[in-house]
Amino acid sequence: MQQRNRRSFLALAGMSAVGAVAAACGSNTGRPGDPPPSTAASAGPPPSTSAPKVTLQQWYHAYGEDGVQDAVKNYAASYPNSLVKVQWNPGDYDSKIVTALQNSAVPDVFEAQVKIDWVRQNQVVALDDIIAPVKNDFSPAVLAAQTVEGKVYGIPQAVDTQVLFYRKSLLQAAGVQPPQTVDELIDAAGKLSKDGVKGLFVGNDGGVSTLTGPLMWSAGLDYLKNNNREVGFDDPRAATAFGKLHTLNTNGSLLLGAPADWSDPGAFIDGLAAMQWTGLWNVPKIRDALDEDFGVLAFPKLDNSGAPSVPVGAYGAMVNAKSAHVDEAKAFVKWLWIDQTNDQLEFATRFGFHLPARQSLVAKADSLSSGVGADVAKFVQENSHLIGGPVWTQQSNTALSDAVAKIAKEGADPVAQTKTAVGVAQAELKRLFG
Amino acid sequence: MTLSRKTRDTLSFWGFVGPFLIGLAVFAYLPIGWSVYLSFFDARNTVTPSVFVGLDNYAHMLTDGPFVSSLGTFSVFALFIVPLTFVLSLALAVGVHQLKFARAFFRSVFFLPFACSYVVASLIWKTSLFSGVRYGLMNTVLGLFGVDPIAWTGTVHPPLYWIVLVTARLWLQLGFYMILFLAALQRIPQHLYEAAWLDGAKPGWPVFRHITLPQLRATSVAVLLLNLINAYQAFDEFYNIMGDARGYPPFARPPLVYLYYTSLGSGGQDLGRGSAGAVILALIIAVVTLLQGKLFRFGGSEA
Repeated sequence: MQQRNRRSFLALAGMSAVGAVAAACGSNTGRPGDPPPSTAASAGPPPSTSAPKVTLQQWYHAYGEDGVQDAVKNYAASYPNSLVKVQWNPGDYDSKIVTALQNSAVPDVFEAQVKIDWVRQNQVVALDDIIAPVKNDFSPAVLAAQTVEGKVYGIPQAVDTQVLFYRKSLLQAAGVQPPQTVDELIDAAGKLSKDGVKGLFVGNDGGVSTLTGPLMWSAGLDYLKNNNREVGFDDPRAATAFGKLHTLNTNGSLLLGAPADWSDPGAFIDGLAAMQWTGLWNVPKIRDALDEDFGVLAFPKLDNSGAPSVPVGAYGAMVNAKSAHVDEAKAFVKWLWIDQTNDQLEFATRFGFHLPARQSLVAKADSLSSGVGADVAKFVQENSHLIGGPVWTQQSNTALSDAVAKIAKEGADPVAQTKTAVGVAQAELKRLFG
Repeated sequence: MTLSRKTRDTLSFWGFVGPFLIGLAVFAYLPIGWSVYLSFFDARNTVTPSVFVGLDNYAHMLTDGPFVSSLGTFSVFALFIVPLTFVLSLALAVGVHQLKFARAFFRSVFFLPFACSYVVASLIWKTSLFSGVRYGLMNTVLGLFGVDPIAWTGTVHPPLYWIVLVTARLWLQLGFYMILFLAALQRIPQHLYEAAWLDGAKPGWPVFRHITLPQLRATSVAVLLLNLINAYQAFDEFYNIMGDARGYPPFARPPLVYLYYTSLGSGGQDLGRGSAGAVILALIIAVVTLLQGKLFRFGGSEA
């Protein structure tokens, strides 16, 4: 059973069945780190001694970084109004949550990204009333991940993103500038492929799972548009962008079949590739290995009608509609994920390299004040997009990733393949909204 | 009070059989029935659906590109892997059977892989033997001959991923079928061979063709059936070798992997369509098995 951690979460933001190669992270949650001192100054009213406290069950997936488990337990323990029991869930957490939501009052509070079906089946509670005072503090893409038909169902906890890491020294040696367009990226990857080093690593599937979104965004398109009522890539430019992946896959500049997949920094650190698309969570490991010999870029634009982009994902704290204590659960979510800003900052930045979900906290994070951290914070603020989203279904996703795989790997006609995927996505929207 | 013997027997029977029957009903028959029920409903993210859609889910699965193409792919895969597994496992069994020494040792050596976890074997195949980097075992060997590193699971033209999948499958399964054949070989009475020898039959192909093979009929049919069902139910090594955190490529995608993502993918659980696909697959396996049984006269006499 593979462990997963926060960093691989983004890997799933699209849709995966869980189990990103968290071996990726090389750490598991078996070893408790030093229990961090909780910063939670008891904020709520003093516990009432008259009524017995209700007990809330809170679920997290197994974060890979040491110390997270103790931290969230401490946050829960310092909540004055209810007893909160934290359950840590190694393994396939996403499937477990979906199953639990179907017919169980447990957990009361959990982390996830909302899906439209959960809302349709009345499995989760809208949290608009508690997020209202601070709603503008969240970036639009992060909030969109928790929103279905205008209502917010999760309070974003921390943000993860992916960027293009490059080795400064290798680019310099090859006389290559950091690429600003997709064509420059292809060109750079070609020039950097020599002496047993490949130019670019975007995953063992040749970039199908990591770059489908960024390629669409590079052309100024998206998965869905018009308030999620219309397919957003029904456009010849989408086919053009996907076609670029075929070029990359056939010119010998991509690293394929690496021992650890894209979510792990291994290929980049070991010098197997000069550039790698991977998660922000890998900054500490890369810095340890390469010191300052690396830089980061957003995925480049296709041309001047497009824009650079980074994907974002954020688990949100949600409340189970079947909970026996919905009000208490909402109160706890409000206390921890709205009021306790110190805890939120610690949760996002102390145990690994992530962004706080709230923009006001990004400014307070030391790790994001300069260098790579500051670059990434800027990308997220200016160019972030959501992979898929709550209305993007498994069927649509399979159709699109099949199409991109056939274009990239088999050289299938990009226009025809894109049309097929558009057709499936349109049928899914019709099924959802009539 | 004394119970009659018949009552005692009946009580004992239900005492022993009952718990297992309950288990079977709860964990096998009920889910199968429920799955058939779900396949007629729009069951997205629920196991208690209310929107009846008749045969819509079936129509969708049968006109839906990915599922139909995976059925096609795996019919071809079955045509290839079933005879191959059959011939190789029979050859292994005959070889081990004829050994004069160390027979137990070789039997164990060939059988051991079957005891290995599919997941573990898949990961070894994917990340070590057929890793795409220069220090993967196969690439190291090829490197000695000056061949550039090959991305085994990522190369579609030619479809090299089949080499990885088929070798993993054969390594994992051959030992099991070999044991079945070995058991059958040991049951063939020695006097048949002696009689043949007296009648002038030369040891070798004629004896194998006219005595050994007919004597192995029942086992052969069983091996073929098991193999065929196995081919259509492929999942473990495919999922672990070709799949990754975010999905599965459209190549070499077994029907069960597609159904898994449809029914349990985190992009929403479409249990209606997933169940319809599962029913279709079960029916196909049943029909093919029955046809094969008819063709090879399963249950016919050994002679």
